[in-house]
Amino acid sequence: MADVVLRLRIESKGFHTDRGTLPVLGWIELTLGAREIVAIVGPSGCGKTTLLRIIGGLDTDFVGELQWFGSRLPRIGQVFQEPRLLPWRTVRENILLAQRDPRPAIADELLESLDLTAFRDAYPSKLSLGMARRVAIARAFAIEPELVLLDEPFVSLDPAMAERSREVLLKAWHARPTAGLLVTHDRDEAAALADRILVLGCRPARIEEERMVRHPPATPRSAIVRR
Amino acid sequence: MVQQTESGALPWNLAITLGRVAAAFAISLLLGSALGIAMGRMRRLDLWLDNAVTVLLNLPALVLIVLIYVWFGLNEIAAIAAVALNKLPTTVVTMREGARALDPALAEMAQRFQMPRWRILRHVTLPQLAPYLFAAARSGLALIWKIVLVVELLGRSNGIGFQIQIYFQLFDVTLILAYTLAFLLVAQLIEWVVMQPLENWAMRWRM
Repeated sequence: MADVVLRLRIESKGFHTDRGTLPVLGWIELTLGAREIVAIVGPSGCGKTTLLRIIGGLDTDFVGELQWFGSRLPRIGQVFQEPRLLPWRTVRENILLAQRDPRPAIADELLESLDLTAFRDAYPSKLSLGMARRVAIARAFAIEPELVLLDEPFVSLDPAMAERSREVLLKAWHARPTAGLLVTHDRDEAAALADRILVLGCRPARIEEERMVRHPPATPRSAIVRR
Repeated sequence: MVQQTESGALPWNLAITLGRVAAAFAISLLLGSALGIAMGRMRRLDLWLDNAVTVLLNLPALVLIVLIYVWFGLNEIAAIAAVALNKLPTTVVTMREGARALDPALAEMAQRFQMPRWRILRHVTLPQLAPYLFAAARSGLALIWKIVLVVELLGRSNGIGFQIQIYFQLFDVTLILAYTLAFLLVAQLIEWVVMQPLENWAMRWRM
């Protein structure tokens, strides 16, 4: 399979505490295609973020194997639960600093398409949460990623704002198609964004159900050209 | 004050004292920051040096000054070292708190986007440490102003501290006040011209 980006097999993953090891993740097998968006759905506190940290290479303390297809570690953009912007840098600087070599053209194009141009020189404290989330999305796509990780990117936004942010995200995805891994507790959100949904069970987390999503032609997701 | 300025005695002694202040300030801030940040990040080092810092923090300044003069002689290096060593532990304690307060979420973000080390230091770490650095610099400067005079009084033959000692022996309150006033003016000038603009610049994002 030439268009597989990553293959992950976790046998177990635990957190070490004073009273022994607390199992967090059980047997999980996951394959991700080059332009595929997979959503991982499950209740909170079930190890979804831990799973993302493993995939992102931020946590290597697990039993199993993470295999990247391609000659090197891919560029990974991430949208965290909180925007995690540098408060002392402007919106535009935040995006440029994430890029390996600053590419102002890409940053400005993303700011434009995410409706943020008017705020490009503002400090993050001047932004609403929804706007800060959009900046975080722009930042993740500005590094021209091969994989985008999204960790509950729209949690604590009101439904209208979340809906609007989803559209913005799909727009960014449309312009720069990449593989994506979305972690969320919201099944509707997963259905709106993903091609495939993995439902996670709890303690230790394992995949209980796998579902393909068929996007009717009129929905935003179907507009994305794939493969 | 005018008379002392015209004779050149005041500017000369003031310059000497300022030189010592600058040297001691630079040494204690650089060394103290490096040590404090390292202790804040490395638990072992912190456990190892914590007692030494506490002892140094509570040791009376006078004892430290006298000991250093006795051990290393009445020279310029000993004088500056005595001042710097008095200031060092407070810088260490302040910067250690700063290093402990670094946001792990931002560190993870920087790691995720594979930022180069110098970029992390300049754009992620240092801005978080800036308020602590300013606190350390301010309190440090205030402490150094005070201690440097004692050091001069005890073991140097020039500087404001030495002059004040002479005029104390002569009971010349006017000249004591003249030297004190000149000293306070310089301290205030540094606050206005250096510290405040620098702090405003570093903290402009909070406006």
